[in-house]
Amino acid sequence: MGKIKIHKSSPSIDMTPMVDLAFLLVTFFMLTASFRMAEPVIVDPPSSVSDKTLPENTVLVTVDNNGRAFFGVGNGQARRNTLTQMSAKYGVKFNDKQAKKFEGLSSFGVEIKDLPRYLDASEAERLKFQPQKGVPLDSLNNQLRDWIQISATELNVIYTTNKDKALADGVEFKGEKPRYAIKADGKAKYIYVKDVFKTFTDMKIYTFNLITSMEGGSTVAPAKAH
Amino acid sequence: MAEIAESGGGGHGKGGKKRAKKQSTRVDMTPMVDLAFLLLTFFVLTSTFSKPKSMELSLPAEPPPGPQPELKNGVTFLLTKDDKIFYYAGEFYAADNPKGKPATELKETNFSSEGLHKLLMEQNKWANDEIDKLAAQNKAKTLADTTFKRMASDVTGNTLAITALIKTDDQATYRNAIDMLDELKICNVGKRVLGVEMMASEYALLQTKIGK
Repeated sequence: MGKIKIHKSSPSIDMTPMVDLAFLLVTFFMLTASFRMAEPVIVDPPSSVSDKTLPENTVLVTVDNNGRAFFGVGNGQARRNTLTQMSAKYGVKFNDKQAKKFEGLSSFGVEIKDLPRYLDASEAERLKFQPQKGVPLDSLNNQLRDWIQISATELNVIYTTNKDKALADGVEFKGEKPRYAIKADGKAKYIYVKDVFKTFTDMKIYTFNLITSMEGGSTVAPAKAH
Repeated sequence: MAEIAESGGGGHGKGGKKRAKKQSTRVDMTPMVDLAFLLLTFFVLTSTFSKPKSMELSLPAEPPPGPQPELKNGVTFLLTKDDKIFYYAGEFYAADNPKGKPATELKETNFSSEGLHKLLMEQNKWANDEIDKLAAQNKAKTLADTTFKRMASDVTGNTLAITALIKTDDQATYRNAIDMLDELKICNVGKRVLGVEMMASEYALLQTKIGK
Protein backbone atom coordinates (compact mmCIF):
# COMPACT_ATOMS: atom_id res chain seq x y z
CA MET A 1 0.00 0.00 0.00
CA GLY A 2 1.49 3.19 -1.11
CA LYS A 3 0.95 6.13 1.06
CA ILE A 4 -0.69 8.92 -0.84
CA LYS A 5 1.95 11.43 -1.28
CA ILE A 6 0.75 14.96 -1.18
CA HIS A 7 2.82 17.04 -3.45
CA LYS A 8 4.27 19.75 -1.40
CA SER A 9 3.92 22.96 -3.29
CA SER A 10 4.05 26.50 -2.26
CA PRO A 11 0.60 27.85 -1.34
CA SER A 12 1.26 31.08 -3.16
CA ILE A 13 0.13 31.93 -6.65
CA ASP A 14 2.10 33.74 -9.23
CA MET A 15 0.65 37.20 -9.19
CA THR A 16 2.77 38.71 -11.90
CA PRO A 17 -0.01 38.97 -14.50
CA MET A 18 -2.30 40.65 -11.99
CA VAL A 19 0.37 43.15 -11.10
CA ASP A 20 1.03 43.82 -14.76
CA LEU A 21 -2.63 44.53 -15.24
CA ALA A 22 -2.81 46.72 -12.17
CA PHE A 23 0.05 48.86 -13.41
CA LEU A 24 -1.39 49.02 -16.87
CA LEU A 25 -4.63 50.37 -15.44
CA VAL A 26 -2.81 52.80 -13.17
CA THR A 27 -0.91 54.14 -16.16
CA PHE A 28 -4.10 54.39 -18.19
CA PHE A 29 -5.99 56.28 -15.52
CA MET A 30 -3.07 58.55 -14.76
CA LEU A 31 -2.77 59.57 -18.37
CA THR A 32 -6.45 59.96 -19.09
CA ALA A 33 -7.59 61.46 -15.82
CA SER A 34 -8.92 64.95 -15.85
CA PHE A 35 -9.55 66.00 -12.36
CA ARG A 36 -12.84 67.12 -11.07
CA MET A 37 -12.33 70.57 -9.70
CA ALA A 38 -13.72 71.33 -6.29
CA GLU A 39 -16.87 73.29 -6.90
CA PRO A 40 -18.27 75.80 -4.45
CA VAL A 41 -21.79 74.51 -4.89
CA ILE A 42 -23.44 71.31 -6.06
CA VAL A 43 -25.64 71.84 -9.05
CA ASP A 44 -27.86 69.21 -10.62
CA PRO A 45 -28.40 70.22 -14.23
CA PRO A 46 -31.55 69.06 -16.01
CA SER A 47 -31.27 66.27 -18.55
CA SER A 48 -31.63 66.66 -22.27
CA VAL A 49 -31.27 64.65 -25.46
CA SER A 50 -28.43 66.86 -26.60
CA ASP A 51 -25.13 65.01 -26.91
CA LYS A 52 -22.72 67.78 -27.78
CA THR A 53 -19.77 67.79 -25.45
CA LEU A 54 -18.85 71.01 -23.79
CA PRO A 55 -15.83 72.76 -25.29
CA GLU A 56 -12.83 73.27 -23.01
CA ASN A 57 -12.42 76.97 -23.47
CA THR A 58 -15.37 78.44 -21.67
CA VAL A 59 -16.58 81.22 -19.50
CA LEU A 60 -18.85 79.38 -17.13
CA VAL A 61 -21.67 80.84 -15.09
CA THR A 62 -23.25 78.47 -12.61
CA VAL A 63 -26.65 79.17 -11.10
CA ASP A 64 -27.63 77.16 -8.05
CA ASN A 65 -31.18 76.42 -6.91
CA ASN A 66 -31.29 79.54 -4.77
CA GLY A 67 -30.45 81.72 -7.72
CA ARG A 68 -26.87 82.53 -6.71
CA ALA A 69 -24.52 83.04 -9.63
CA PHE A 70 -21.02 81.59 -9.61
CA PHE A 71 -18.37 82.57 -12.06
CA GLY A 72 -15.56 80.51 -13.51
CA VAL A 73 -13.13 80.47 -16.43
CA GLY A 74 -11.77 77.30 -18.00
CA ASN A 75 -8.17 78.45 -18.32
CA GLY A 76 -5.76 79.23 -15.50
CA GLN A 77 -3.77 81.80 -17.41
CA ALA A 78 -6.90 83.71 -18.40
CA ARG A 79 -8.11 83.49 -14.82
CA ARG A 80 -5.01 85.16 -13.51
CA ASN A 81 -5.03 87.93 -16.11
CA THR A 82 -8.70 88.56 -15.44
CA LEU A 83 -8.01 88.91 -11.75
CA THR A 84 -5.29 91.48 -12.39
CA GLN A 85 -7.62 93.60 -14.47
CA MET A 86 -10.58 93.23 -12.13
CA SER A 87 -8.33 94.15 -9.23
CA ALA A 88 -7.33 97.37 -10.98
CA LYS A 89 -10.91 98.15 -11.93
CA TYR A 90 -12.44 97.65 -8.48
CA GLY A 91 -9.39 98.76 -6.46
CA VAL A 92 -9.19 95.46 -4.57
CA LYS A 93 -5.63 94.38 -3.89
CA PHE A 94 -4.54 90.76 -4.19
CA ASN A 95 -1.14 89.49 -3.11
CA ASP A 96 0.84 86.93 -5.09
CA LYS A 97 -0.33 84.04 -2.97
CA GLN A 98 -3.95 84.94 -3.48
CA ALA A 99 -3.45 85.37 -7.22
CA LYS A 100 -1.82 81.96 -7.33
CA LYS A 101 -4.76 80.43 -5.50
CA PHE A 102 -7.17 82.16 -7.84
CA GLU A 103 -5.43 80.55 -10.78
CA GLY A 104 -6.50 77.16 -9.48
CA LEU A 105 -10.03 78.16 -8.54
CA SER A 106 -12.71 76.61 -10.71
CA SER A 107 -15.47 79.00 -9.76
CA PHE A 108 -16.54 81.28 -6.97
CA GLY A 109 -19.64 83.09 -5.83
CA VAL A 110 -18.56 86.04 -3.74
CA GLU A 111 -18.35 89.76 -4.24
CA ILE A 112 -14.96 91.04 -5.30
CA LYS A 113 -14.41 92.84 -2.00
CA ASP A 114 -14.73 89.51 -0.19
CA LEU A 115 -12.58 87.66 -2.68
CA PRO A 116 -9.18 88.12 -0.94
CA ARG A 117 -10.65 86.72 2.27
CA TYR A 118 -12.27 83.90 0.30
CA LEU A 119 -8.97 83.00 -1.32
CA ASP A 120 -7.18 82.94 2.03
CA ALA A 121 -9.70 80.48 3.41
CA SER A 122 -8.98 76.78 3.15
CA GLU A 123 -11.02 74.56 0.90
CA ALA A 124 -13.22 73.33 3.75
CA GLU A 125 -13.76 76.84 5.07
CA ARG A 126 -14.87 78.07 1.67
CA LEU A 127 -17.97 75.91 1.75
CA LYS A 128 -19.12 77.71 4.87
CA PHE A 129 -17.86 81.10 3.72
CA GLN A 130 -20.09 84.05 4.51
CA PRO A 131 -21.37 86.09 2.79
CA GLN A 132 -21.58 83.87 -0.27
CA LYS A 133 -24.49 85.40 -2.08
CA GLY A 134 -23.20 84.82 -5.57
CA VAL A 135 -21.48 87.25 -7.88
CA PRO A 136 -23.66 90.38 -7.96
CA LEU A 137 -25.44 90.87 -11.27
CA ASP A 138 -28.06 93.51 -10.64
CA SER A 139 -28.02 96.55 -12.86
CA LEU A 140 -26.45 98.83 -10.25
CA ASN A 141 -23.58 96.58 -9.36
CA ASN A 142 -23.07 94.14 -12.18
CA GLN A 143 -19.76 92.55 -11.30
CA LEU A 144 -20.66 89.42 -13.25
CA ARG A 145 -20.76 91.47 -16.41
CA ASP A 146 -17.22 92.75 -15.86
CA TRP A 147 -15.93 89.30 -15.00
CA ILE A 148 -17.45 87.89 -18.17
CA GLN A 149 -16.30 90.69 -20.39
CA ILE A 150 -12.70 90.71 -19.18
CA SER A 151 -12.29 86.95 -19.07
CA ALA A 152 -13.80 86.53 -22.54
CA THR A 153 -11.28 89.03 -23.88
CA GLU A 154 -8.48 87.18 -22.10
CA LEU A 155 -9.62 83.82 -23.46
CA ASN A 156 -9.72 85.28 -26.93
CA VAL A 157 -6.22 86.68 -26.55
CA ILE A 158 -4.93 83.27 -25.50
CA TYR A 159 -6.84 81.59 -28.32
CA THR A 160 -5.40 83.89 -30.98
CA THR A 161 -1.85 83.66 -29.62
CA ASN A 162 -2.03 79.89 -29.65
CA LYS A 163 -3.48 79.91 -33.11
CA ASP A 164 -0.84 82.27 -34.48
CA LYS A 165 1.86 80.22 -32.84
CA ALA A 166 0.51 77.03 -34.37
CA LEU A 167 0.31 78.70 -37.76
CA ALA A 168 3.87 80.01 -37.49
CA ASP A 169 5.10 76.54 -36.58
CA GLY A 170 3.09 75.02 -39.39
CA VAL A 171 1.16 72.78 -37.00
CA GLU A 172 -2.50 72.11 -37.38
CA PHE A 173 -4.42 74.11 -34.79
CA LYS A 174 -7.04 72.15 -32.92
CA GLY A 175 -8.21 74.68 -30.35
CA GLU A 176 -11.76 75.89 -30.18
CA LYS A 177 -13.02 79.42 -29.93
CA PRO A 178 -14.01 80.44 -26.42
CA ARG A 179 -17.67 79.95 -25.64
CA TYR A 180 -20.09 80.92 -22.93
CA ALA A 181 -21.57 78.17 -20.85
CA ILE A 182 -24.35 78.29 -18.32
CA LYS A 183 -24.84 75.53 -15.81
CA ALA A 184 -27.99 75.91 -13.84
CA ASP A 185 -29.76 73.69 -11.37
CA GLY A 186 -32.94 72.09 -12.69
CA LYS A 187 -34.85 73.26 -9.66
CA ALA A 188 -33.74 76.87 -9.98
CA LYS A 189 -36.48 79.27 -10.90
CA TYR A 190 -36.21 80.23 -14.52
CA ILE A 191 -36.19 83.95 -13.69
CA TYR A 192 -32.83 83.61 -11.97
CA VAL A 193 -31.34 82.07 -15.08
CA LYS A 194 -33.06 84.76 -17.09
CA ASP A 195 -31.14 87.42 -15.15
CA VAL A 196 -27.93 85.72 -16.20
CA PHE A 197 -29.14 85.55 -19.81
CA LYS A 198 -29.92 89.24 -19.56
CA THR A 199 -26.37 90.01 -18.43
CA PHE A 200 -25.10 88.23 -21.54
CA THR A 201 -27.59 89.69 -24.00
CA ASP A 202 -26.83 93.19 -22.69
CA MET A 203 -23.31 92.56 -23.92
CA LYS A 204 -24.65 91.40 -27.30
CA ILE A 205 -23.78 87.79 -26.58
CA TYR A 206 -26.64 85.65 -27.78
CA THR A 207 -25.29 82.13 -28.11
CA PHE A 208 -24.64 79.87 -25.16
CA ASN A 209 -23.99 76.30 -24.26
CA LEU A 210 -26.39 75.18 -21.59
CA ILE A 211 -24.86 72.36 -19.61
CA THR A 212 -27.19 69.42 -19.26
CA SER A 213 -26.85 65.87 -18.11
CA MET A 214 -27.59 62.92 -20.32
CA GLU A 215 -31.19 61.87 -20.82
CA GLY A 216 -32.20 59.13 -18.44
CA GLY A 217 -31.50 61.10 -15.31
CA SER A 218 -34.19 62.62 -13.20
CA THR A 219 -36.80 64.55 -15.09
CA VAL A 220 -40.30 65.58 -14.34
CA ALA A 221 -41.41 63.93 -17.55
CA PRO A 222 -41.56 60.18 -17.91
CA ALA A 223 -39.46 58.57 -20.62
CA LYS A 224 -40.33 59.93 -24.01
CA ALA A 225 -41.74 57.67 -26.65
CA HIS A 226 -39.32 58.82 -29.31
CA MET B 1 5.62 38.42 -5.69
CA ALA B 2 4.03 36.64 -2.85
CA GLU B 3 6.53 33.87 -2.99
CA ILE B 4 7.37 33.80 0.62
CA ALA B 5 11.05 34.27 0.99
CA GLU B 6 12.24 30.83 1.87
CA SER B 7 15.42 31.49 3.66
CA GLY B 8 14.61 34.44 5.85
CA GLY B 9 17.93 35.67 6.94
CA GLY B 10 18.58 32.62 8.96
CA GLY B 11 21.42 30.24 8.87
CA HIS B 12 23.19 31.53 11.94
CA GLY B 13 24.36 29.32 14.63
CA LYS B 14 23.53 26.11 12.86
CA GLY B 15 26.84 24.59 13.20
CA GLY B 16 30.27 25.45 12.13
CA LYS B 17 30.05 24.65 8.50
CA LYS B 18 29.96 27.75 6.42
CA ARG B 19 28.02 27.59 3.27
CA ALA B 20 27.57 30.12 0.54
CA LYS B 21 24.14 31.52 1.29
CA LYS B 22 21.69 30.57 -1.36
CA GLN B 23 19.54 33.61 -1.63
CA SER B 24 16.28 33.72 -3.38
CA THR B 25 16.16 36.01 -6.40
CA ARG B 26 12.58 36.91 -5.67
CA VAL B 27 11.77 40.25 -4.23
CA ASP B 28 8.78 40.71 -2.03
CA MET B 29 6.51 42.78 -4.19
CA THR B 30 3.62 43.11 -1.76
CA PRO B 31 4.19 46.78 -0.82
CA MET B 32 4.55 47.75 -4.45
CA VAL B 33 1.33 46.01 -5.40
CA ASP B 34 -0.43 47.62 -2.47
CA LEU B 35 0.67 50.96 -3.74
CA ALA B 36 -0.33 50.14 -7.29
CA PHE B 37 -3.84 49.24 -6.23
CA LEU B 38 -4.07 52.27 -4.01
CA LEU B 39 -3.21 54.51 -6.93
CA LEU B 40 -5.55 52.60 -9.18
CA THR B 41 -8.43 53.11 -6.77
CA PHE B 42 -7.59 56.77 -6.43
CA PHE B 43 -7.55 57.41 -10.16
CA VAL B 44 -10.67 55.38 -10.80
CA LEU B 45 -12.57 57.35 -8.22
CA THR B 46 -11.32 60.80 -9.07
CA SER B 47 -11.26 60.78 -12.83
CA THR B 48 -14.25 62.14 -14.67
CA PHE B 49 -15.11 60.01 -17.61
CA SER B 50 -17.77 61.82 -19.48
CA LYS B 51 -17.31 65.42 -20.27
CA PRO B 52 -20.40 67.41 -19.50
CA LYS B 53 -22.94 67.57 -22.28
CA SER B 54 -24.36 70.82 -23.42
CA MET B 55 -27.20 72.20 -25.43
CA GLU B 56 -26.65 75.13 -27.70
CA LEU B 57 -29.07 77.97 -27.38
CA SER B 58 -29.39 81.21 -29.24
CA LEU B 59 -31.47 83.94 -27.74
CA PRO B 60 -33.26 86.51 -29.85
CA ALA B 61 -31.75 89.96 -30.02
CA GLU B 62 -33.82 92.83 -28.72
CA PRO B 63 -36.54 93.40 -31.31
CA PRO B 64 -36.65 96.81 -32.94
CA PRO B 65 -39.31 99.07 -31.44
CA GLY B 66 -42.67 99.26 -33.15
CA PRO B 67 -45.36 96.74 -33.95
CA GLN B 68 -44.18 93.15 -34.16
CA PRO B 69 -44.66 91.21 -37.37
CA GLU B 70 -47.52 88.75 -37.36
CA LEU B 71 -46.63 85.31 -36.18
CA LYS B 72 -47.21 82.64 -38.79
CA ASN B 73 -48.07 79.17 -37.55
CA GLY B 74 -47.01 80.13 -34.09
CA VAL B 75 -47.75 78.29 -30.90
CA THR B 76 -47.09 80.06 -27.64
CA PHE B 77 -46.32 78.04 -24.56
CA LEU B 78 -46.64 79.57 -21.14
CA LEU B 79 -44.70 77.68 -18.51
CA THR B 80 -45.76 78.04 -14.94
CA LYS B 81 -45.57 76.44 -11.51
CA ASP B 82 -46.02 72.71 -10.79
CA ASP B 83 -44.65 71.83 -14.25
CA LYS B 84 -47.82 73.01 -15.94
CA ILE B 85 -47.89 74.22 -19.50
CA PHE B 86 -50.57 76.39 -21.03
CA TYR B 87 -50.60 77.04 -24.73
CA TYR B 88 -52.49 78.75 -27.48
CA ALA B 89 -52.06 78.80 -31.24
CA GLY B 90 -51.65 81.90 -33.33
CA GLU B 91 -51.92 85.46 -32.14
CA PHE B 92 -53.07 86.49 -28.71
CA TYR B 93 -56.38 88.30 -28.50
CA ALA B 94 -57.52 89.77 -25.22
CA ALA B 95 -61.22 89.63 -24.37
CA ASP B 96 -61.86 93.20 -25.55
CA ASN B 97 -59.56 93.43 -28.55
CA PRO B 98 -60.32 96.16 -31.14
CA LYS B 99 -60.28 93.71 -34.04
CA GLY B 100 -63.27 91.95 -32.58
CA LYS B 101 -61.62 88.51 -32.70
CA PRO B 102 -62.74 85.92 -30.16
CA ALA B 103 -60.67 85.99 -27.00
CA THR B 104 -57.77 83.54 -26.81
CA GLU B 105 -58.39 80.48 -24.70
CA LEU B 106 -55.49 78.86 -22.90
CA LYS B 107 -55.33 75.10 -23.06
CA GLU B 108 -53.44 73.06 -20.53
CA THR B 109 -50.99 70.27 -21.13
CA ASN B 110 -48.09 68.62 -19.31
CA PHE B 111 -44.66 67.20 -19.92
CA SER B 112 -45.75 63.59 -20.34
CA SER B 113 -45.52 61.80 -23.67
CA GLU B 114 -49.31 61.86 -23.89
CA GLY B 115 -49.36 65.60 -23.35
CA LEU B 116 -46.73 67.80 -24.89
CA HIS B 117 -45.17 65.22 -27.17
CA LYS B 118 -48.48 64.22 -28.74
CA LEU B 119 -49.55 67.82 -29.06
CA LEU B 120 -46.38 68.88 -30.82
CA MET B 121 -46.47 65.89 -33.14
CA GLU B 122 -49.96 66.93 -34.22
CA GLN B 123 -49.25 70.63 -34.47
CA ASN B 124 -46.10 70.05 -36.43
CA LYS B 125 -47.49 67.23 -38.55
CA TRP B 126 -46.47 68.77 -41.85
CA ALA B 127 -42.79 69.09 -40.92
CA ASN B 128 -42.70 65.69 -39.25
CA ASP B 129 -44.18 64.00 -42.33
CA GLU B 130 -41.72 65.76 -44.62
CA ILE B 131 -38.79 64.80 -42.45
CA ASP B 132 -39.99 61.21 -42.20
CA LYS B 133 -40.08 61.06 -46.00
CA LEU B 134 -36.57 62.46 -46.23
CA ALA B 135 -35.36 60.08 -43.54
CA ALA B 136 -36.79 57.14 -45.50
CA GLN B 137 -34.88 58.28 -48.57
CA ASN B 138 -31.78 58.74 -46.47
CA LYS B 139 -32.16 55.24 -45.12
CA ALA B 140 -32.58 53.83 -48.63
CA LYS B 141 -29.27 55.53 -49.49
CA THR B 142 -30.83 57.66 -52.20
CA LEU B 143 -30.10 60.80 -50.20
CA ALA B 144 -26.70 61.74 -48.84
CA ASP B 145 -26.37 62.53 -45.15
CA THR B 146 -25.36 66.14 -45.66
CA THR B 147 -28.15 66.74 -48.14
CA PHE B 148 -30.58 65.15 -45.72
CA LYS B 149 -29.47 67.47 -42.93
CA ARG B 150 -29.75 70.51 -45.13
CA MET B 151 -33.17 69.55 -46.46
CA ALA B 152 -34.42 68.73 -42.99
CA SER B 153 -33.39 72.14 -41.72
CA ASP B 154 -35.11 73.69 -44.75
CA VAL B 155 -38.28 71.88 -43.76
CA THR B 156 -38.17 73.05 -40.16
CA GLY B 157 -37.50 76.58 -41.34
CA ASN B 158 -40.44 76.54 -43.75
CA THR B 159 -43.41 78.81 -43.05
CA LEU B 160 -45.66 75.74 -42.94
CA ALA B 161 -43.70 74.39 -39.97
CA ILE B 162 -44.63 75.79 -36.60
CA THR B 163 -42.75 78.37 -34.61
CA ALA B 164 -42.73 77.83 -30.87
CA LEU B 165 -42.58 80.69 -28.44
CA ILE B 166 -41.70 79.80 -24.88
CA LYS B 167 -42.66 82.24 -22.19
CA THR B 168 -42.20 81.67 -18.52
CA ASP B 169 -43.71 83.21 -15.43
CA ASP B 170 -41.88 83.70 -12.14
CA GLN B 171 -42.82 80.23 -10.90
CA ALA B 172 -41.46 78.10 -13.72
CA THR B 173 -38.20 76.28 -13.15
CA TYR B 174 -35.17 76.07 -15.36
CA ARG B 175 -35.83 72.38 -15.84
CA ASN B 176 -39.22 73.20 -17.40
CA ALA B 177 -37.56 75.47 -19.93
CA ILE B 178 -34.94 72.87 -20.84
CA ASP B 179 -37.51 70.06 -21.08
CA MET B 180 -39.58 72.26 -23.34
CA LEU B 181 -36.63 73.00 -25.64
CA ASP B 182 -35.78 69.33 -25.65
CA GLU B 183 -39.25 68.22 -26.62
CA LEU B 184 -39.37 70.81 -29.40
CA LYS B 185 -36.11 69.45 -30.74
CA ILE B 186 -37.42 65.89 -30.65
CA CYS B 187 -40.56 66.97 -32.49
CA ASN B 188 -38.58 68.73 -35.25
CA VAL B 189 -39.64 72.22 -34.34
CA GLY B 190 -36.78 74.22 -35.78
CA LYS B 191 -37.99 77.67 -34.85
CA ARG B 192 -37.83 77.84 -31.10
CA VAL B 193 -37.86 81.15 -29.31
CA LEU B 194 -37.08 81.32 -25.63
CA GLY B 195 -36.90 84.43 -23.57
CA VAL B 196 -39.71 86.54 -24.94
CA GLU B 197 -41.36 88.53 -22.19
CA MET B 198 -44.85 87.47 -21.26
CA MET B 199 -47.42 90.13 -22.11
CA ALA B 200 -49.42 91.58 -19.24
CA SER B 201 -52.67 90.32 -20.77
CA GLU B 202 -51.24 86.82 -21.13
CA TYR B 203 -50.05 86.89 -17.56
CA ALA B 204 -53.46 87.98 -16.32
CA LEU B 205 -55.16 85.19 -18.24
CA LEU B 206 -52.63 82.67 -16.96
CA GLN B 207 -53.29 83.75 -13.39
CA THR B 208 -57.02 83.16 -13.76
CA LYS B 209 -56.23 79.71 -15.21
CA ILE B 210 -54.00 78.59 -12.40
CA GLY B 211 -56.51 79.98 -9.96
CA LYS B 212 -54.73 82.71 -8.15
